Formats: sequence, C-alpha cells, structure tokens
Amino acid sequence: MRLRVWLLTIVVVLANVGGNAILGYAMKQAPATAGVIGSILQPVAILGIVVLTAWMLLRMRLLGLADLSFVVPVTAVGYVLSALAGVLLLHEHVPLRGWIGTVIIMAGATLTGLTEHSEKPLATPARSGKERPR
Amino acid sequence: MKWLYLAGIVGGTVCSDLLQSHGMRQGNGRAWKLPVAVFFMAISFFSFTQLLRIAPLSFAVPASAASIAFDTVLARVVLKEKVEFRRWAGAILVAGGVVLLAQ
Repeated sequence: MRLRVWLLTIVVVLANVGGNAILGYAMKQAPATAGVIGSILQPVAILGIVVLTAWMLLRMRLLGLADLSFVVPVTAVGYVLSALAGVLLLHEHVPLRGWIGTVIIMAGATLTGLTEHSEKPLATPARSGKERPR
Repeated sequence: MKWLYLAGIVGGTVCSDLLQSHGMRQGNGRAWKLPVAVFFMAISFFSFTQLLRIAPLSFAVPASAASIAFDTVLARVVLKEKVEFRRWAGAILVAGGVVLLAQ
C-alpha cells in the first residue's frame, strides 16, 4: 500500500512539472491581442491543459489515500522542478537567492517525506451494533 | 495585477484542497464538495494561466506554493489531521524556500 502511494506521488509530480512547462511555453507564445480564452485555446496550451487535468485527477486520488498534510509538502518538489524547467526549457533567469530557495524547498520536501504518514481508505457506510434490524 | 492573479491561485488552491480531501473521505460529502472543489480549482487555474502571460514560469509556479503554509495549518485546524513536528518543520522550510525563490 505504501509503495502504491509513493508511485502515485511520483506520477503526480511528473504530470505537474510537464503540464506547467508546456502551458508556460504556450502562454509565452500567445499573441498580446489574444484574450483569456484565445490564449488558452492554442493547440500547445490545450496539450498542457490535458496533462494538468490528468495531474488534477491523479492528485485527487492521492488525496483520498494519504493525508493532505503529507501530499501537499511532498509534491512541493514539483515547484522546484517547474522552476528548473523554466530555466532549461524557457531560458528564464533565476538569481542566486532563487537557487538557495530551491535547495530549502527540496530539504523541506525531503524532511516531510521521511515522516510517518497515515493512509486513509475511502469512506464506507458506518456499521454498528445499534443498526435497526430488517 | 501580478499579485491579484497570485491571490486567485493561492485562495483557489487552498479552498479546493480542503474540499477535495474532506470530500474524498466522506462518501456522503462528495455530492457537493467535489464540484465546489473543481470550481475553486478553475479559479486557481485561470488565474495561473494569466499570471504565466505576465510573469516567468520560474516565478509563477514557486510563488503559488504559498498555499502550502495555509494548507498545512488548515489541515490541522479544519480537517483535524495529526501533523507531527517534522512535518510542520518541512512545510515551513518549503514555504520559506518558496518565498526566497519568488523574490
């Protein structure tokens, strides 16, 4: 069960980083005259939205298996990887302070991942001895 | 305008996370909590796409992680989750790092 949670966590992070990078690229390519809807309806933007939709659904499943206070900090490594994608793929500049922040984020995510976390099954109808006999 | 979009991202994310986590664990709560969570997620998403138009990805994504601090506190206060010390410390480190990254 624990392995399943970690594998799902990895997939969630990769989908988040990939979707963000694709969408970031698309929004930078959008014409200045394009409106909110027009900028989102570009083919590349739609691809990014599809990947981020998959991320959203997988993350909802993950939230059903593990505590929110586990899921949110551990998947935060995706923020760092997205910043890296911005630098490597979109040629953005990140100052030294930004890279220090990156290291701190990774340390925080690692620390959180080392803690024990509970896995809560999806709710089922409650059963008790006080149920009315049929 | 940049900070208004960021507020939309953080506020939408926190509300959506709380509703998703609570709704996924309570069968009878899914009926309204998950659709409302999707609504808040949409607010967050549209704010994110517009922020990407005026700010770099390396700012927009890390800055949106400000929701982690709110999420962790509200997970304890609202969802009554047991949050141990190391997890608090990790969440605080992540939030602090995001602040540095965003500057």
